[in-house]
Amino acid sequence: MSVDFLIAVLITVVGASTPILFAGLGELVTEKSGVLNLGVEGMMLVGAVAGFATVDLTGNPWLAVVVAAAAGALVSMVFAVLTLSLSANQVATGLALTIFGTGLSTLMGKSFTGHGIKAFTTIFPDWLANDRIGKVLFSYSPLVYFSFIMVGLVWWFLNRTRAGLILRAVGENDLSAHSIGYSVTGVRYAAVAFGGAMAGIGGAAFPLVLTPLWAEGLTGGRGWIAIALVVFAGWKPGRLLAGAYFFGLLGTLELYAKASGTVFTALLPSEGWAALPYLATIVALAIISASKAGGGNAPACLGKPFIPST
Amino acid sequence: MRLKFEKRAEPSRFMLYATPVGAVLLTMLVGAIIFTAIGYNGFGAVYQVFIAPLALSYKWGDIAVKASPLILIGVGLAVGNRAAIWNIGAEGQYIVGALAGTGIGILTKDMHGPWILPLMLVAGMVGGAAWGAVPALLRNRFNVNEVLSSLMLTYVAVHLMNQLVTGPWKDPMGFSFPQTALITADQMLPILVPGTYVHLGIVITLIIAVALWFLMSRSLMGFQVRVVGSAPSAARHGGFSQKQTVWLVFLLSGALAGLAGIFEVTGPFQQMSLGFPQNYGFTAIIVAFLGRLNPLGVILAGIVLAITYVGGDLAQSVLQLPNASKGIFQALMLFFLLASDILIRYRVRLVGAPAPAAVPARSPAE
Repeated sequence: MSVDFLIAVLITVVGASTPILFAGLGELVTEKSGVLNLGVEGMMLVGAVAGFATVDLTGNPWLAVVVAAAAGALVSMVFAVLTLSLSANQVATGLALTIFGTGLSTLMGKSFTGHGIKAFTTIFPDWLANDRIGKVLFSYSPLVYFSFIMVGLVWWFLNRTRAGLILRAVGENDLSAHSIGYSVTGVRYAAVAFGGAMAGIGGAAFPLVLTPLWAEGLTGGRGWIAIALVVFAGWKPGRLLAGAYFFGLLGTLELYAKASGTVFTALLPSEGWAALPYLATIVALAIISASKAGGGNAPACLGKPFIPST
Repeated sequence: MRLKFEKRAEPSRFMLYATPVGAVLLTMLVGAIIFTAIGYNGFGAVYQVFIAPLALSYKWGDIAVKASPLILIGVGLAVGNRAAIWNIGAEGQYIVGALAGTGIGILTKDMHGPWILPLMLVAGMVGGAAWGAVPALLRNRFNVNEVLSSLMLTYVAVHLMNQLVTGPWKDPMGFSFPQTALITADQMLPILVPGTYVHLGIVITLIIAVALWFLMSRSLMGFQVRVVGSAPSAARHGGFSQKQTVWLVFLLSGALAGLAGIFEVTGPFQQMSLGFPQNYGFTAIIVAFLGRLNPLGVILAGIVLAITYVGGDLAQSVLQLPNASKGIFQALMLFFLLASDILIRYRVRLVGAPAPAAVPARSPAE
């Protein structure tokens, strides 16, 4: 295997990991506030179709990212109103959001079938990416660099800011946070909105970074993997980054198995490669959940409705 | 002026039964508005999706055929949700059950006898239960969240099915279409109403639903499931095992989903193909909630959702409404139902203002 081939693989892996990373980061913050939103897949699809439509109409991928984030946040508010204001069951509401987002994106995306869009071009001048090292460092979509910045920002926010401390307090002990005067519901609304916005961007990364074409249900279950990833990462942004790249790599193997055939399919039939990320998720969840490092890290109020006694 | 929620002394039984009806009606109204807003004939869409299948008597058979898997999977999920154990992977158990039964069908394709069909049905149940056993084992052994594991297994099931119907199980006489051979006469469910697809499985489904209603409301098993779900610590003190309940829920709902899968193969489909999964496993989650987790309610809810399946097809052919639209209607139904849950335990009052101003009627959109 040549170095150039490995670089090409690396670039594909980065592309495949970015959507999961965005969506996972958003869900991590949501869950840290004590809310389990299982609607990630639906919010990603809504973000994807909103982003695709924006590029298709305006040709501006930057605007598409903003619109995708707004669309993801907007649709997450349906979940927030139901679970936070009306104390609806979070598991069921999250599922409803996924069903809704899947239907809405398919319906809205119908007219874009077959349209190609102009995806992001790299932000760095071409000469920087001329040699191999430059290529590894500078040849990605701006969204990729943005995802790394967001990992750092989320870590900093959760661990080094007062607002992050409040958010964690709300997730660990909602009644105490409420009794010392913080708005539990307000904090959770904000956390759900952030999760929605990040899922929206993650969804938009499919057409903007991976393949500049519209396809029905193009996220293919990556939203669910992002939720599993948060557990896998023990609610820590750094480990989430590593996990996203691990699953990105597994997803990439499927592409290479389909494209290059024999070498891969001698080991495992191509549908087996396609199933691998999901099987690996189950195995990873089993290992992490069984160990003390994983299961014990979950925010104490995760998934529980908050009903002030007044 | 604001809304105030006052806790009721005890849950309202009226609201328990009225809210699902309200949710369906609101879905029709809001659905019409949404579809009008995005440029379709909104009221026409609602008519096609919800009313037309009932108005056209020749569609009733279709409704029954589509309601059967929704009810069968839905009653299983209702038991699980009662225990607050979440089987989101019924779609996978449905597929694997169908695969297991189809496997028996392929092995017995040259044989004859009345034992073949029952064997296929049993294989379907075993296949579904086995696929459901994995999340149960993972939850009990390794503390793995069953929502995620059961869902991941659905994707694995789809790829397993794709591999089999495009590879070893592909019909050798099928002009290389990705599908299995048609089942034989000995493998078919008897048709009850000539000229329709109304098959024996529908009757079995109804018997199972009524039996589960009896078990859930009258037996110790039903009591155990409800206590584990609503009062976990009381369940522990009462000697009801959480782990045992997890097994019970997944084996039961998995077996029923698997049975639904093999009913589809031996009934309307007569083979397996890439288009076999119809999302019944996911829609059944809505059915379970809309039926208030009561097996008798699930029968009614299954019929309502089956109407949207039949109506979705009608809307597609009559109004060129994309098939995805029925998913939006179905999700809206669940949203409204979940939103209205609060009315069961709380009374809503408007406080701090005189009588609310009348809401202006919505003018018909252009």
